[in-house]
Amino acid sequence: MTAATALGGSTRRIHPLIALRLVALVVGAVIMVTPLAYMISTSFKSQAYVLTFPPQFIPHPATVANYQQAWTSQDFARYFANSLGVAIASTAISLLLSSMMAYAFARFEFRGREVMFRILLLGLMVPAMMLIIPQFVLAKYLHLIDSLPGLVVFYVAGSLSWNTFLLRGFFSSIPAELDQAMEMDGAGSWSRYWRLILPLSRPALATATIFTFLACWDEFPWALTVINTPTKRTLPMAIQLFHGQNATQWGLVFAASAIAVVPVIVVFLLLQRHFVQGLSVGAVKG
Amino acid sequence: MPVIDLPGGAPAIAGAPPRSPSRRERRSRHRSPLAPYAFLAPGFLLFLALIIYPTVRAFQMSLYDWKIVANASSRFLGLDNYVRAFHDPHFWTSLSNSGVYMLFTVPPQIVLGLVVASLLNAKAPARPLFRVLFYLPVVTSWVVVSLLFTYLFSDDGLVNYALSDVLHLTGHVSWLSDRWTAMVAICALGVWKGIGWSMMIFLAALQGVPKDLVEAATADGAGRWGRFRAVTLPAIWPAALVVTVMLVIGGFNVFTSVLLMTDGGPGGQTDVLLTYMYRLAFSNLDFGYGSAIAVLLTAGVFVLSVVQLRVFREPGGALTK
Repeated sequence: MTAATALGGSTRRIHPLIALRLVALVVGAVIMVTPLAYMISTSFKSQAYVLTFPPQFIPHPATVANYQQAWTSQDFARYFANSLGVAIASTAISLLLSSMMAYAFARFEFRGREVMFRILLLGLMVPAMMLIIPQFVLAKYLHLIDSLPGLVVFYVAGSLSWNTFLLRGFFSSIPAELDQAMEMDGAGSWSRYWRLILPLSRPALATATIFTFLACWDEFPWALTVINTPTKRTLPMAIQLFHGQNATQWGLVFAASAIAVVPVIVVFLLLQRHFVQGLSVGAVKG
Repeated sequence: MPVIDLPGGAPAIAGAPPRSPSRRERRSRHRSPLAPYAFLAPGFLLFLALIIYPTVRAFQMSLYDWKIVANASSRFLGLDNYVRAFHDPHFWTSLSNSGVYMLFTVPPQIVLGLVVASLLNAKAPARPLFRVLFYLPVVTSWVVVSLLFTYLFSDDGLVNYALSDVLHLTGHVSWLSDRWTAMVAICALGVWKGIGWSMMIFLAALQGVPKDLVEAATADGAGRWGRFRAVTLPAIWPAALVVTVMLVIGGFNVFTSVLLMTDGGPGGQTDVLLTYMYRLAFSNLDFGYGSAIAVLLTAGVFVLSVVQLRVFREPGGALTK
């Protein structure tokens, strides 16, 4: 009970139902976190202790050698930079293009509005992997194979449907009177979009940023298919190859993996306070 | 929050003063009819070129013995690639594996996601902490978690240790070298990685459950289950529908975990449709047949989504109509 009280941050007696709820949550959380915790633990073990039986939960002796080796070997820093560049560029371009589309759908009446929106929603129904063959043929034709900007172009296209859908829902919930007031003052549609709608939509933009960054940072099948030159590899490709080359060197593989997770956690923690709010307005109500 | 959908920002405020005609005149003067198209064009054209065009192209390619090599001409086959799929036992094996994956990952993700969300929705202590912990697998890349589960399910891995040495439930199982045990490992990964996502959507939806209705139901003597059915369920139904449709689509989309954990092995036994399609196209260069499988899969997903949206539009849909 003391642990529960401490977690609750108060010294009041906790209702038995809440205590039960807490126990259930703790058990669930332990199950969810154990694999990741074990991964981190393994990344600090030297090779001799990786497959010991029974398994070692707290690495002893602990070592950071895996991290040093992972970071310095095989251009790992370059792969990290490749992934970061691709993910940031894709996220920025995707948010710009999809918020512009969302603005048009939310604030204008025009011919073909419904049809265009429906076509865009088709993108939600066609999973990315199913287009991989014709997209590969197209990318080859457009000379977007084996290039990082080529990755960006396809990542942006793949994220437009979801982001536009999410942002349109949010934009529609912003009172139109604000637009009208700005319009009375002579503001054009671009300045209403840029100076009014975007600043008011931080939660939705944060949500879209998290999703898009995450999807681009983690994307594997497309990168695997189109990237050939070793120096252009992204991090997921590098980690997979790392595993292939060091089949049982799990400490090394997981040190590399742990490094790869860091930016994601940073983005998530920075933006998570906007996150649930953005979802509830955009995705579910939209 | 009501969705105020006022296209074009037309003055639709109830009881607006009757001078609106002059205002409208002035507006139409400054408003270019091309403005919405200017906002749409860059994104929409990109979408048409890189998503819609390839979708159409997949249909076309599936009708050919498609040659990726320059200068080689592709032979028109009509529906032969589809007939071939029908007679291809490996297609059926992959399809049934995809089906098994969906059956054993979609319902658990919905149920567990909803349970966790309900537990977190009431005044749970340390809510943000739990939210992050449950969400961590979602934000971890498929490549990383696939390798992690390969390690956990390896012969001397943590799962064997827990099940056999701690709980004495099974002997040591060589999980990834048999079709069904490998599917267990792959499905376990799917559920573990997805719970946090459905939890997040349900958590958002639960915030929209009207509190006064819950209180009224309580005052009327409704039990926990009664309140859930009468008040909560209808309120979160649209979200549940979105979750279900997205998870079914995601289930068909399973690829990376299978590729990295078993690569379809042993002997192609654990292939799902997408790993089979991928191998056909990018190892055997059989782009036409691969496209046919992609088209079948897309059609399957589309039909399933439409059916779900129609049947489950509201709780007990058929009854209320």
